[in-house]
Amino acid sequence: MVPLSAYVAVSAILFVTGLIGVLIRRNFIIVLMAVEIMLNAANLNLVAFSHYLESMTGQIIALFVIAIAAGEAAVGLAIIIVVFRGKISTNVDEMNLLKW
Amino acid sequence: MVPAFFVYFSVVSILAGILTVALRNPVHCGLALLALLMHVAGLFVLLNAEFLFAVQVIVYAGAILVLYLFVLMLLNLKSDERHLHTRYAVMLFAGVAICGELVLLILRSPFHGAKGDAPASAVLKEGDSYAVGIKMFSEYLLPFEIVGVFLLGAIIGAIVLAKTPTAADMEQE
Repeated sequence: MVPLSAYVAVSAILFVTGLIGVLIRRNFIIVLMAVEIMLNAANLNLVAFSHYLESMTGQIIALFVIAIAAGEAAVGLAIIIVVFRGKISTNVDEMNLLKW
Repeated sequence: MVPAFFVYFSVVSILAGILTVALRNPVHCGLALLALLMHVAGLFVLLNAEFLFAVQVIVYAGAILVLYLFVLMLLNLKSDERHLHTRYAVMLFAGVAICGELVLLILRSPFHGAKGDAPASAVLKEGDSYAVGIKMFSEYLLPFEIVGVFLLGAIIGAIVLAKTPTAADMEQE
């Protein structure tokens, strides 16, 4: 029997991996991918608690998280296409038009 | 048997996550992300969540990742010479430190809680999809419908944003 804390530890490591990816990468698409890693870590946490605490709620929330990740990916990639069309690269450092 | 599979799935998913963040070529990053999603789906099976396993493979690996790869191919990005920030070492150090602290704390925590109404034996008997479906369409019907509206908004937003501006649009502006 694998203890619950093992799943939570794996989830924490994945979450921090995604967080580091958001912080250190310069390509906007990779930043979005790192956000997907973080959402997946949250899902793993929800499902693990759902299994060990014997409740279905965690799995349903994980389904909602997957749906929201799909919407986030669609809108984020559309924004990337718009930014790229306006001759700016996908480098996050060069997207500073809204910066005060 | 389950601990062996747990170790395999978790080690490969963590390695794939690190590769996703660290690889230089964006397409390689996408493929590493695919490996991560598949192995997290394997972890879902170990947790008796077959329905979420199927959703993870179909929606994440099948739809979202293909969307990412499409955009990567469409934009035809060149691999940058510098794919990391200039001061990435500071963030890397902070991240690794936070990760170590988190894992230490988690491994020492007992994680007790009140048990819910879906014991593993009942879920195994009637099937995970059945249990999720009953719960979702009784107790969580309103959030489910709201997610539907949210997805419609996301579709319309993505189409409006990514549409190529026509000559008529230019005249209006």
